[in-house]
Amino acid sequence: MSLGFTIVKRLAHMVFVMFGISVLVFLIFFATPGADPAARIAGRNASPQTVALIRKEFGLDKPLPVQYLRMMDRLVIRRDLTSYVNLGEKVVPTIFRAAPVTLSLVFGAAVIWIVFSILVGVLAAAFKDRTLDRLLMILSLIGISIPVFWLGEVVNLVSQGLLHNTWLFSWVPPLGYVPLHRDPALWFKSLVLPWFTLALAFIGIYGRVLRANIVEAMQEDYIRLARAKGLPEAQVLIRHALRCSMIAIFTLFGLDFGALVGGGALLTEVVFGLPGVGYLTYQALTNLDLPMIMATVTYASFFVVSANAMVDILYSVFDPRVRND
Amino acid sequence: MTEATATDPAVPLLAVDNLRVSFRTARGTVRAVDGVSFRLGHREILGIVGESGSGKSVSLMAMMGLINDPNAVIEGSIKFQGRELIGLGAREMRRLRGGRIAMIFQDPMTALTPVYTVGRQIVEQLRLHTDLSTGAARNRAVELLEAVGIPGPKDVIDRYPHQLSGGMRQRVVIAMALSCNPALMLADEPTTALDVTVQAAILDLVRKLRKDFGSSVILVTHNMGVVAEIADKVAVMYAGRIVEHADTPTMFRTPWHPYTWGLLDSIPPISGARPRRLSSIQGAPPSLQRLPPGCSFAPRCQYRSRRCAVKPPMIGEPDHRVACVLEPGERREIVRKPAQQNDEIPS
Ligand SMILES: Nc1ncnc2c1ncn2[C@@H]1O[C@H](COP(=O)(O)OP(=O)(O)OP(=O)(O)O)[C@@H](O)[C@H]1O
Ligand code: SF4
Ligand SMILES: [Mg+2]
Repeated sequence: MSLGFTIVKRLAHMVFVMFGISVLVFLIFFATPGADPAARIAGRNASPQTVALIRKEFGLDKPLPVQYLRMMDRLVIRRDLTSYVNLGEKVVPTIFRAAPVTLSLVFGAAVIWIVFSILVGVLAAAFKDRTLDRLLMILSLIGISIPVFWLGEVVNLVSQGLLHNTWLFSWVPPLGYVPLHRDPALWFKSLVLPWFTLALAFIGIYGRVLRANIVEAMQEDYIRLARAKGLPEAQVLIRHALRCSMIAIFTLFGLDFGALVGGGALLTEVVFGLPGVGYLTYQALTNLDLPMIMATVTYASFFVVSANAMVDILYSVFDPRVRND
Repeated sequence: MTEATATDPAVPLLAVDNLRVSFRTARGTVRAVDGVSFRLGHREILGIVGESGSGKSVSLMAMMGLINDPNAVIEGSIKFQGRELIGLGAREMRRLRGGRIAMIFQDPMTALTPVYTVGRQIVEQLRLHTDLSTGAARNRAVELLEAVGIPGPKDVIDRYPHQLSGGMRQRVVIAMALSCNPALMLADEPTTALDVTVQAAILDLVRKLRKDFGSSVILVTHNMGVVAEIADKVAVMYAGRIVEHADTPTMFRTPWHPYTWGLLDSIPPISGARPRRLSSIQGAPPSLQRLPPGCSFAPRCQYRSRRCAVKPPMIGEPDHRVACVLEPGERREIVRKPAQQNDEIPS
């Protein structure tokens, strides 16, 4: 089976899953027995007129499939769904404004955590059971155990407060997001600390998983053959053991990346004042803003699913074995 | 064919003298190889046979300089083309490995790195030991695949290991081993994991490569049948030692060591799974930590006597050596017996 066919198949699968998710989300909000969706969309303390208006607007007196199509039309095609909590706010454009923030944060952090975890994993495996290995594994464990919210607060305290006027942190801009196209340098500077904060725990987890995988791979027969070929140990480790171990890391990465883009970076966004999707979802939930929740959930699932599809496709590039059958 | 200038017919290709490999473990020292000595001539095929754990693989790994267990102690001498390999620097050893000395392993299913095409893996080795360009190395890889009898090599070169059968993979591994015209090829049970017809084909290939490439081969196996088919000389290993060494016809005609008699009685059909224990020899291979003080085979030997309480030295003629105290007269008498005795040996 060719790579191209695998990709097409995977994309078709993704569309199917997303359709399923949208139906499910719709049903949860619009077909839960005993709850009036109109009243929920209207938000707390809404007048009966508003509720009646909403019922008409969303076609809530029509059969469910029609309601679903209308909803999808407003969410995906016309994108004019509005919030009743923040009156008149169009929810889809709001999400599209928040998405680049989250994407900037998560992409940057992902690059950092992949690079550093490879470094940690390879070094620890190469120095297995020696001091460097033990040190790296302890540091990883610490990285995993530090709560990201607390870490963010400390980073802010140090970089914005205590040491802000020293050479060390004077370059750190105030909290908040600067769009990439407006000022790339400032975009970068304002994201460096959030990136590392978000990446730290992942570096720890991935570094440990990678070390374990490499150590296991080093016992494989193909490593013995690679050595028998006369390859230097570093090449055996990197070209053969690491390359094969990356496959497992990839699965993990697909899950984590999707979850973060879909709102999992909430805490980091909140601590660093980054108005991303996680932040938006959090607000929508506290305000019980149903259209916004609908939109963010759909958006989030879209990202989780497409990130997974992307990873699966990369996976089949990485591991020739999954291309067959 | 570029033979090394050091090739002097008087100097054997490989001379192993009193090779010892021990591993320090929590439960004491394991002497996996205990004083192995032999010579291997140019274009010679030596078969090494013995049960599981007798030290065959460890011996080969020592010759490849591939024992990297920090608890291993390697002593003795391994001279390849007159050059001492024990204590050789890592860099020089690497240059020999995969170049002048190549090795193939038992399980072809797992021997190749799963994520690279076979072509890439052959090219990797060629680029390491020669100064061929990638393109030239690729052409050479196609030739090699053809030489080991892979049909459609131009197509196979871009396949991944999982797309090939076990026999094909073993051919690829052999092609890889041949890629740099090795003077010595070490084959650790290259056919054990394969089915009958493929086994025969691989053995043919080993014979052919001696003819075409002029390589000497050490072939490790459990199977006396394989040895009979291919080897010029045979070394029988037991508990880390060579207990009998002779050229193949002699070994099969007049074996001297009781353990060899057992092996010869138990020649399995060339097919089938390898037996973990040899049915015609009672008992199990000994624990290397608790070897008897005298002859290691004594606990399983029906012919043991008081003489066997001291370690039997290697005796015999230059071309046929044995580590057993039995006198020539006793040997000849016994060797005719096994056929009648078989029934009496509890299994
Ligand atoms: N790294 C090690 N540490 C401790 N003991 C070892 C180590 N490597 C090998 N041994 C021991 O050395 C002995 C010889 O092993 P070896 O693999 O050479 O046997 P073999 O003759 O190749 O057997 P098989 O036919 O099963 O492959 C075994 O008892 C094994 O347990
Ligand atoms: S030395 Fe003794 S015990 Fe050992 S094989 Fe010969 S007869 Fe048997
Ligand atoms: Mg072995």
